[in-house]
Amino acid sequence: MIPAPFEYRRAGSVDEAVALLAEDPDERKLLAGGHSLLPLMKLRLATPTVLVDVGRLAELSYVREDGDHVAIGALTRHCDLEAAPVAREHAPLLSHVAGQVGDPQVRHRGTIGGSVAHGDPASDLPAAVLALGGSFVVQGPQGHRELAAEDFFQGFLETAMAPDEMLTEIRVPKSGGGWAFQKFNRRAQDWAIVGVAASVNGSSRVALVNMGPTPLRARAVEAALAAGASAEEAASRAAEGLEPPADVQASAEYRAHLARVLVRRALEEATARRG
Amino acid sequence: MTVTAAGAGVVGTRLLRREDPALLSGEARYVDDLAVPGALHLVMVRSPHAHARIVSVDLEAARSMPGVVAAFSGVDLAGQWAAPMPCAWPVTEDMVSPPHYPLAVEETAYVGDGVAVVVAATRAQAQDAAAAVDVAYEVLPAALDLEEAAADRVAAHSALASNRSYTWELTPDPAAVERAFAEAAVTVSERYVQQRLIPAAMEPRGVCVVPQPFGGELVVYSATQIPHILRTMVGVTAGVPESRLRIVAPAVGGGFGSKLNVYAEELLCVVLARTLRRPVRWNEERSEGAVATIHGRGQVQTIELAADADGKVTAVRARILADMGAYHQLVTPGIPILGAFLYHGVYDVAAYSFECIGVFTNKTPTDAYRGAGRPEATYAIERAIDALGRRLGLDPVEIRRRNFIAPERFPYTSSAGLVFDSGEYARALDMALELAGYGDLRAEQARRREHGDRRLLGIGLSSYVEMCGLAPSRVLASLRYAAGGWEAATVRMLPTGKVQVVSGASPHGQGHVTSWSMIVADKLGVSPEDVEVLHSDTALSPFGMDTYGSRSLSVGGTAIAMAADRVVDKARLLAAHQLECAPEDLELHGGELAVKGSPTRSVAMGQLAFDAFTAHDLPEGMEPNLEASVTFDPTNFTFPFGTHVAVVEVDTETGRVDLVRYTAVDDCGNQINPLIVDGQVHGGIAQGVGQALWEEAVYDAAGNLLTTGLGDYLVPSACELPSFTVGRTVTPSPSNPLGVKGIGEAGTIASTPAVVNAVIDALAPLGVTDLDMPVTPERVWRALEGAARSGAGIPTSEGGAA
Repeated sequence: MIPAPFEYRRAGSVDEAVALLAEDPDERKLLAGGHSLLPLMKLRLATPTVLVDVGRLAELSYVREDGDHVAIGALTRHCDLEAAPVAREHAPLLSHVAGQVGDPQVRHRGTIGGSVAHGDPASDLPAAVLALGGSFVVQGPQGHRELAAEDFFQGFLETAMAPDEMLTEIRVPKSGGGWAFQKFNRRAQDWAIVGVAASVNGSSRVALVNMGPTPLRARAVEAALAAGASAEEAASRAAEGLEPPADVQASAEYRAHLARVLVRRALEEATARRG
Repeated sequence: MTVTAAGAGVVGTRLLRREDPALLSGEARYVDDLAVPGALHLVMVRSPHAHARIVSVDLEAARSMPGVVAAFSGVDLAGQWAAPMPCAWPVTEDMVSPPHYPLAVEETAYVGDGVAVVVAATRAQAQDAAAAVDVAYEVLPAALDLEEAAADRVAAHSALASNRSYTWELTPDPAAVERAFAEAAVTVSERYVQQRLIPAAMEPRGVCVVPQPFGGELVVYSATQIPHILRTMVGVTAGVPESRLRIVAPAVGGGFGSKLNVYAEELLCVVLARTLRRPVRWNEERSEGAVATIHGRGQVQTIELAADADGKVTAVRARILADMGAYHQLVTPGIPILGAFLYHGVYDVAAYSFECIGVFTNKTPTDAYRGAGRPEATYAIERAIDALGRRLGLDPVEIRRRNFIAPERFPYTSSAGLVFDSGEYARALDMALELAGYGDLRAEQARRREHGDRRLLGIGLSSYVEMCGLAPSRVLASLRYAAGGWEAATVRMLPTGKVQVVSGASPHGQGHVTSWSMIVADKLGVSPEDVEVLHSDTALSPFGMDTYGSRSLSVGGTAIAMAADRVVDKARLLAAHQLECAPEDLELHGGELAVKGSPTRSVAMGQLAFDAFTAHDLPEGMEPNLEASVTFDPTNFTFPFGTHVAVVEVDTETGRVDLVRYTAVDDCGNQINPLIVDGQVHGGIAQGVGQALWEEAVYDAAGNLLTTGLGDYLVPSACELPSFTVGRTVTPSPSNPLGVKGIGEAGTIASTPAVVNAVIDALAPLGVTDLDMPVTPERVWRALEGAARSGAGIPTSEGGAA
């Protein structure tokens, strides 16, 4: 529970953070809320030589309208995202999910950018962004680029970001349709054993938490819905093609079962909410 | 002597706990908070293998690391021990124990077994150096499954001929048991697994040993429940004269039995502080504690009931395999024996048979965990009585009523040989049913079933009795326990009228300071704020038997009450001398001793304390000062009882179980402070429900513990629990003058079977009549899938698929 020795640097701006990162990108890590990185460091599963603290970059903490999108600064804490009126009005799924992450302490320290950049399949917020068809803005030495959420998560704790890039903004289209988030866990503050984020608005998107190595879309469900299947029929395909993890809390087989039940419930709830 | 009724004093009132401001504000000092200049930090190197021969321990790299003062292997320290790690409870004459030293010498026997220590200037340096210790192991096959270990398929210790440590039997009349089963109209045979639990006290363990500059005295600060027992055992094991040891338990953040022990790290810090002549400290990490602090439970139980056609139970036969883990810790072998007498529960059963086999496995040692033996017994009988009810088509309430020990039978001599002090079981059951709204619950359950609701309702009962107030020393002797069960107390009035109470009990969350001051305040006619309670320091309270087994009030509180009475008796003699009257003409009222019938002729207790202090005018032969010491040894255990009702909703699609309502009616005899009783009941219920629904120490096939953190080991939080409805009946215990019984463990004892019975109550019509704990959603789902496949669903609540 004592991390390996490391050096601590505090960045005063995004440019400075990116510059500090660029000095030795493979050995340096950005520190935001610290709720994913620090536990790994305490277990010595992560041993960066330098931590670049971006936690005080207030300019990256915002939730605002941007044309047909809602733009969220990467350092927006979960509790601020949950409470933001803009998010409640135009991205209610995201706002709701932010209120489901961990416990109040986690939500007051953890940031959406940290959660997304960590690429953990068990995290709630990546699934919500996937279900909303969102995207991520990253900044590196060469400037900005925007990556679609569905292209972002590439492997277990692996994203499409280069080691010298920093996530600066999360963008989701304004959504007026139905939505639902089903989180199944054994205690309120735990990671989801399985989670389902659904957005029903003409076309439907369904994303799954903890059903594979990355946050992912339930493609078979979406295809079935697009072909006119009922919620129940579509949900029966929730685990199709997936290899859910097995751990102390649940077997892969049980996760597959839960995914089917929870996807159906999510679709029913989202449809009902759409009215 | 009787306790003053509520209204006449503070006893019986819901006084806020005096301990809490310091605890809640962070002012309280735990071991890790103690600033000890120059203290060295000890870090353990632990075995990563469940069973291995130690080939070599290379400490050279570690010794050359920054800040490192010393590093030792088990071989290096072998000469330091005057005796092996202590086990105070050899339950049978022929009980077998493997060699057990603070550091393993030849063989490691569980993941977490200590193999080396590193001592450095800072904790981080010690940890870095510990990572550099190179231990070569020859991995040996490990005995991990309890039943396989009992069959001796794999040896847990190379040095032992068998994994079986002991067989303990209690069958007073074997022929009667045989006859009862032969003549029974109905029998049930059930097999239950008591999973291993991790105690998970909020404060991990910690120890800091400070050698005094002159004279060789060692002060040991430890997060322990048992400073007095620890002093004796450190003396014996480390070869330190006991008179040179002072043990202090500062603020201790919970124990639940896990700190009722003598641990390797305590002994290592003593020996290294002595050797290095420097303070040495160690603090446990959460994940370290998961393997290095004892586990609870760990049993496979078989219970059989014989009954007549009306459901009257005629015999109980229980056979237990008890997982000792790798070694015997302080009272490991005795834990199942604390339940051995209670497998017939609250029921009047004429024939009784119990047998327990203690078995070594290559896992963390087990030992006392809240309830210690009685939760296991209560779980077995309370699930079995429900199974019997299902067989006969009887409601859980009815099968219990037909078997309760009737109130007129008390004191009740049980077929297991105990004398239950007092009880009125049906009264507690009636109150619980009324508070829970039992009839309405059954109606709602039926409504949901009829509507095919996917959230089924289950209602579970648990009627329990337990034995606590450990314990009459003569009885402990008959159980081969190595010590007595008394408690010591001193009450003294200081010259200014303030009062000091010295207790041999050692609180770590129970609120003793409040309860003790309330008892003494009423006895002496002073305010509780004028009573200070000194405890948990062997220099202040040289004698004590410490805190565990719901003993502190009924044994320690009684000693305090008796000491206070003696102080009053002495004050009365002095007052009679001053007022020139007979002592028996004086009565204590409002802090004054006054002559009956002429209240103006009086003298205040505070004045008497001062006069006894100055000693200018004492009766002939009276010693100065108002002080009395009492050591109380109880004549019997106490037997709290009650009925709990759990209500669960079971999601038949996901298998999720939600505890939606919980009602507890407990009878702990007279109550000193009902608020503290409520707190003990609430926490106890939460802990017992934790076993039913969430908690389990899970090992992989190699013997690695997988649930090493609070993210994987699921201790419930307030979010998972409903508000509890609590009620109480009061049946005073005749075993002590306070009439109290003990309430520290009752909630844990009662709640586990109530919740599991509730889940099975919901699912029995679907064919599910057995579920292992914890009742996880996946287990429920699999059971429902299995029942559906086998077509086991039945239309009525009678019978079952098992």
